[in-house]
Amino acid sequence: MHKALKRYSPIFVLPTLLAFIIGFIIPFAQGLYLSFCKFTTVDNAQWVGFANYNVILKDASFLNSFKFTIVFAVVSIVLINVIAFGLALLLTKELRGTNIFRTVFFMPNLIGGIVLGYIWQILINCILSLASKPLLALNSSAGYWGLIILMCWQQIGYMMIIYIAGLQNVPSDLVEAAEIDGANAWDILWKIKLPMVMSSVTICVFLTLTNSFKLFDQNLALTGGDPNHSTEMLALNIYQTFYARAGALFKGYGQAKAVIFCILVIAISMLQLKLTKSKEVQQ
Amino acid sequence: MKNVKKLLALGLAVTMTASMLTGCGSSNDGAADADAKTDATDAAADTAADTEASAEGGSVYYLNFKPEQDQQWQDLAAKYTEETGVDVTVVTAASGEYETTLMSEMGKSGAPTMFQVNGPVGLANWKDYCYDLKDSAVYGELTSDDFALKDGDAVAGIAYVIESYGLITNKTLLDKAGYSVDDIKSFADLKKVAEDITARKDELGFAAFTSAGMDGSSDWRFKTHLANLPIYFEYQADGIGTTKEIKGTYLNNYRDIWDLYINNSTCDPSELAAKTGDDSRNEFLASQAVFFQNGSWEYGNLTADGTFTDDDLAMIPIYIGVGDEANQGLCTGTENYWCVNKDADAADIQATLDFMDWCVTSDEGTKAMGEDMGFVIPFKNAVESQNLFVKQDKEMTAEGKTPVSWNFPTMPSEEWKNGVGQALTAYAADQTDDNWEAVRSAFVDGWKSEYELVSQE
Repeated sequence: MHKALKRYSPIFVLPTLLAFIIGFIIPFAQGLYLSFCKFTTVDNAQWVGFANYNVILKDASFLNSFKFTIVFAVVSIVLINVIAFGLALLLTKELRGTNIFRTVFFMPNLIGGIVLGYIWQILINCILSLASKPLLALNSSAGYWGLIILMCWQQIGYMMIIYIAGLQNVPSDLVEAAEIDGANAWDILWKIKLPMVMSSVTICVFLTLTNSFKLFDQNLALTGGDPNHSTEMLALNIYQTFYARAGALFKGYGQAKAVIFCILVIAISMLQLKLTKSKEVQQ
Repeated sequence: MKNVKKLLALGLAVTMTASMLTGCGSSNDGAADADAKTDATDAAADTAADTEASAEGGSVYYLNFKPEQDQQWQDLAAKYTEETGVDVTVVTAASGEYETTLMSEMGKSGAPTMFQVNGPVGLANWKDYCYDLKDSAVYGELTSDDFALKDGDAVAGIAYVIESYGLITNKTLLDKAGYSVDDIKSFADLKKVAEDITARKDELGFAAFTSAGMDGSSDWRFKTHLANLPIYFEYQADGIGTTKEIKGTYLNNYRDIWDLYINNSTCDPSELAAKTGDDSRNEFLASQAVFFQNGSWEYGNLTADGTFTDDDLAMIPIYIGVGDEANQGLCTGTENYWCVNKDADAADIQATLDFMDWCVTSDEGTKAMGEDMGFVIPFKNAVESQNLFVKQDKEMTAEGKTPVSWNFPTMPSEEWKNGVGQALTAYAADQTDDNWEAVRSAFVDGWKSEYELVSQE
């Protein structure tokens, strides 16, 4: 049986593999090729070598949005994971109504990013207007914190569910043994629970990291990069490069930015995976 | 086991992160939607073609820019197919998505045979795809050569709709305030009326201007349409039609009219950053303000549910205190040009040219464009429009007033408009000379730097 399965495995893999090649590998390769070209539509590209890369590495707006993305990513990763883990700890205790709370916290994740962005834009503008502060379109720090609040609100529930699953898998005999040995709650959390849920931490940090770097819809809807591109993250910057100016040149720049962006995100997330994976323990 | 895990993790990482990159290369939702539509209409047309073979075997694929007129175009296309047997597919890009949709559609094998650009700047993107319409029948139908978009000697685009904008006025409210549209013949008059209304705002119960919203749904009214006026007068004074370096001669007048708009409005100027186009229209519909800067395309929205009749409304020119104001007309022009895809099959190109000609010469076509779509079309066989604002534009021109032409297609880029819009919003919230200097800088310096950026090869 096992052998037969093995023999036919290429056939079973084929549909998915084909879909993957058509839907991913080919466009990816084409995208890579186009980043070395000047083009209006994808089939009349004109090779320009590294010219696009030379220009964008000197592009101040790209570097600024890179900085803004990093500052945003660091704060949102920490906040989302700490709060989600805290909630997961609370909701794995034998409390009344934990199921309701889990559902409630998870719900924001079901709403699309654009919708969330506009809802929060109205909310935040209303508060800013009551406080007679400049509105979002003119207020980059409000835009920054607005994005953080929005992302926390959306992501915490999802990460919390992953942490809850991890915490429920911590063997109760280990916890009991530790209690008998006289460990307090703090020790149990740090020395038993946290190492045991390290695989959940890896997943959650990975997800929040890539989500923060790739953030687009929420950014577009909440601030649109205003004021003066100061709240523009990398993905939005790429989009603006592509569409805010006419002419074939800018398509190439946008594409080259997208390639750099892709390599960057892969590199950072691989580094993160390596770091957190080394902390995981086998049960 | 560990290796497998590692491999899985790598695969996951690559897939998740790189989906961004493929996003840029592949088509968007709008285009996918268009695909589905094309397939459906193709299937329908196939059955039709079986019974009645088309003349040269060519077909038309029109990528329409105006979502408001989608249904009318679909109907007109169906009528044409019925009459001639030539298959016409009309796909409409979602609002604000035209460039992205066009870009992905043009990259496909069944590319649009007929598309549109918004003027010289839009043409820069697509000139390599434009069929020279110099010898086409539809070019001969134009009432004036001004309505052709030229690329050197070639005719790259044909304007198919002419629109006007100005200050839409609620005559009933203006009457209540003790004035009539005839009292407003210059910027000084407009200022006097607006400031008088503001002074008596509580007593009258309405404001002079609807909110000049700077949200993305509305800011084009000011960063593009209003900004056209100082540009127009500068071009007039210098006798030019486009420039690489704008001087900003009339920017002080731009400031005057902007001050007037934001300080005599329904809301506090600092709230404008979040006000939308719908807000502004609703204020006008609810009779909260007398003046509403917008164009002839709003006529349907204002009269559809009977809120206003032609007797309640008028459109007056936007005076900014420059030039011969007594003879200034509405801002009239176009940013909608039809282009034909040069790379399409010869039969398809011919079919497209025939379709365009039919649209602007046949009774059905001109009637559909003039009455159903409410367009004023610059062609010899055009029918009379029922649109009040269009009729007013005609009257004013007949009286000898000079329409203000549309010069915003010469603005260097979207980015330039955004810069000006951003500075205007900041100025509205805090009206200092420094903040106006930022507007001036975005306008003048931004023009130069954007022009240099986009014209490099």
